[in-house]
Amino acid sequence: MKIIVCIKQVPERDAQVRISSSGKGIEESDIQFAMNESDAYALEEALQLKEKHGGEVVVLTAGPERAGSTIREALAKGADRAIQVESDNLNQLGALGVAQLLASAAKQESPDLVLTGLQSDDLGYGQTGVIMAELMGLPHASLILNVEKTDTGITVKRELEEGWFQNIDLPLPAVLMIQSGGTKLRYATLMGIKKAKTKELRKVSDSDLGQSATPAATLEKIAQPQKQKSTQIISGSPKEAAATLVEKLKFEVRVI
Amino acid sequence: MSGVYVVLEDRNGRIGRISFEAIAAANILAAQSGSKPTAIVIGAQTEALAAEAATKSVGKVVRIEHALLSPYTPDGYNAALKQFIAAESPDTIVFPHTYQVRDYAPALAARLGRVLIGDVTQIAEGPVFIRSLMQGRLSGSYKSSGSPTLISVQSGAFRAEEGQSGPAEIATFTPSIEASQIRTKPGEPFRGAAQTVDLSSAPMIVAVGRGIREEGNLSLVQDLAASLGAEIAASRPICDNGWLPIERQVGSSGQTVAPKLYLAVGISGAIQHLVGMKGSQCIVAINKDAEAPIFEVADYGIVGDLFEVVPALTEAIKSARQ
Repeated sequence: MKIIVCIKQVPERDAQVRISSSGKGIEESDIQFAMNESDAYALEEALQLKEKHGGEVVVLTAGPERAGSTIREALAKGADRAIQVESDNLNQLGALGVAQLLASAAKQESPDLVLTGLQSDDLGYGQTGVIMAELMGLPHASLILNVEKTDTGITVKRELEEGWFQNIDLPLPAVLMIQSGGTKLRYATLMGIKKAKTKELRKVSDSDLGQSATPAATLEKIAQPQKQKSTQIISGSPKEAAATLVEKLKFEVRVI
Repeated sequence: MSGVYVVLEDRNGRIGRISFEAIAAANILAAQSGSKPTAIVIGAQTEALAAEAATKSVGKVVRIEHALLSPYTPDGYNAALKQFIAAESPDTIVFPHTYQVRDYAPALAARLGRVLIGDVTQIAEGPVFIRSLMQGRLSGSYKSSGSPTLISVQSGAFRAEEGQSGPAEIATFTPSIEASQIRTKPGEPFRGAAQTVDLSSAPMIVAVGRGIREEGNLSLVQDLAASLGAEIAASRPICDNGWLPIERQVGSSGQTVAPKLYLAVGISGAIQHLVGMKGSQCIVAINKDAEAPIFEVADYGIVGDLFEVVPALTEAIKSARQ
C-alpha cells in the first residue's frame, strides 16, 4: 500500500502565542513548533499499516522552511520519504486553498490511501482531508480510530458523538481523517534519526501546483477571545488560595 | 429563491438540540433581510422531523427525501444537497457543527467552489463570523465573499429559541441519487465500552487534564475528588493514554455534564472539552497558565502549580468538613 500522510507543523501546545502586528497572524519568532497531534496519530496508523501490509509511507507537508524539522521527525519515526509544498502565505489561503495544494501534490503520487489528522491545533478548521477527498474524487471517512485492510478495500472504525462508534467499509483509494488516541504513538529511535538524514525530501513550490482563485472566506482579524464569564481569580500562596476557595465553595456555591 | 437556510440533524428520531441553536443563528442572519430561515431535514423518512421543525422559528421546512439518504453517507448527502442548492440558490446555509456535518459539509463547500466557515461561536454586524483559533486562546473574525455562505455553529454558542406561533409550510424536494454514487458502506452504530458511569447525574465533578503529566500523579486528584465526594472525570488526552477509562471522558467525544460544581485541574480548556462542561453551574479552574482558555468559562480560578494547590485544597476541604 502506498500511503500519503499529510502533516502540519503547528505551535507547541503550551506556546504563549501573541498576535502579530498585521493583526491577521501570530508572532512566530519566539515560539517553538511541533507536529500537529492528530497528524502524529495519522502517521502512526500509516506506519502500522505499512508494517502489516508492506508498501511506502510518504509524508506530505505544506509549510514554510521551518516545517522541515517536523518532516525530519516523521522520517525518523519511519516514513520513507517526504514532499514539502513550500508556501509562506498558507494562512491566507484558507482551508480550501491549502487542500488544493495538497490534493494536487498527492494526485501526482497516485496513492492507495491518504491520511490526515482530524484537525490542526492552530487554525482548527478540521476540513483538509474531507476537501482533499472531494478534489481528488475519492471516498472518505473522518474521525477514524482504526484501519483494517480487507479483500475489497478497508474497514475503518469511526467515532460518533457521546461514546458511540461505527464501522465503515470503503474501497481504495480513499482519504481518511484520523482522530487522536486510536493507538499508541512511537518514538523515533537513534537509528531512525540517523537514517532520516539520508531520506528524500522533495520540495515543491506552491506556484508549480497551481493557485486557487480568491478565497471564498477570509480571515480579517485575530483578537483575544471575549470572556464568557467574569472569573474571580483567587490569589495568594497555594494554602491561602485553597482556604479562600473552600470559603467560596461553602458560602457562595454551597457544595461543602 | 434565495435567503437563509438551516440544515437540521436527526438525533434518534428527533431534532437535536444543537440544530435548534443553528435555527437561532440562522434567524440572526435572516433578520437582516426581514425574513425567516428555511429549515432543511434530510433522510429517507423525514415526515416526523419536518413536523417538529415546522413548529420552530422558521418560515418554511423542506424535506430532502430519498431512500438512499438513510443511513447517512457523505456521498448521499452531498449529492442531494448539491442538487437542492442548484435549484434554490441560497445566500447562506447554516449547519450545526456536529461530527456528521464535519464529515460532509467541507466537501459540499468545495464542490460548490466555496469554503465552510466552521465552528462559529458568534455572528457580528457585517456579517462577521467569529470562531476560535489556537485551541481557544485567540479568536478570528471571518468574512465571506460570494455565495452561498456556508457556516457551522458550535454547540452551545447560540441560544435555542423557545416556542413559535403557527406551523410553517412543509415542502418536499426529491433529489436523484444512484446507489453507485454512494461509495462508503456504514455499519450500525455501537457503544465502545459498557457505560457504567453516568457523569451527567453527578452533582460534583473533579476533572483532570494533561497538566497532571503522569499516571502516577492521578492519586492527587483522586484524593481531592474523595474529599468532596465528587466523581472523577478527565479530558480526552488522559483517556487516550489509558490512565482513566473512556467512560470518564467529558467533551464532544465523551459525556456532556452540567454539575453544581465542576473543578478542572490541569485542563487548558480546548473547545472539544468546553462543549462538554460549560453548562456547569459553577466552574473552578486550577491551571498554571493564566491565559489558558479554561479561565474564560471559569467562575473561580487559581493560577498556580497544581502539584502545590491540589494537596492544599484537599487538606482545606477535609478540615472544613470535620
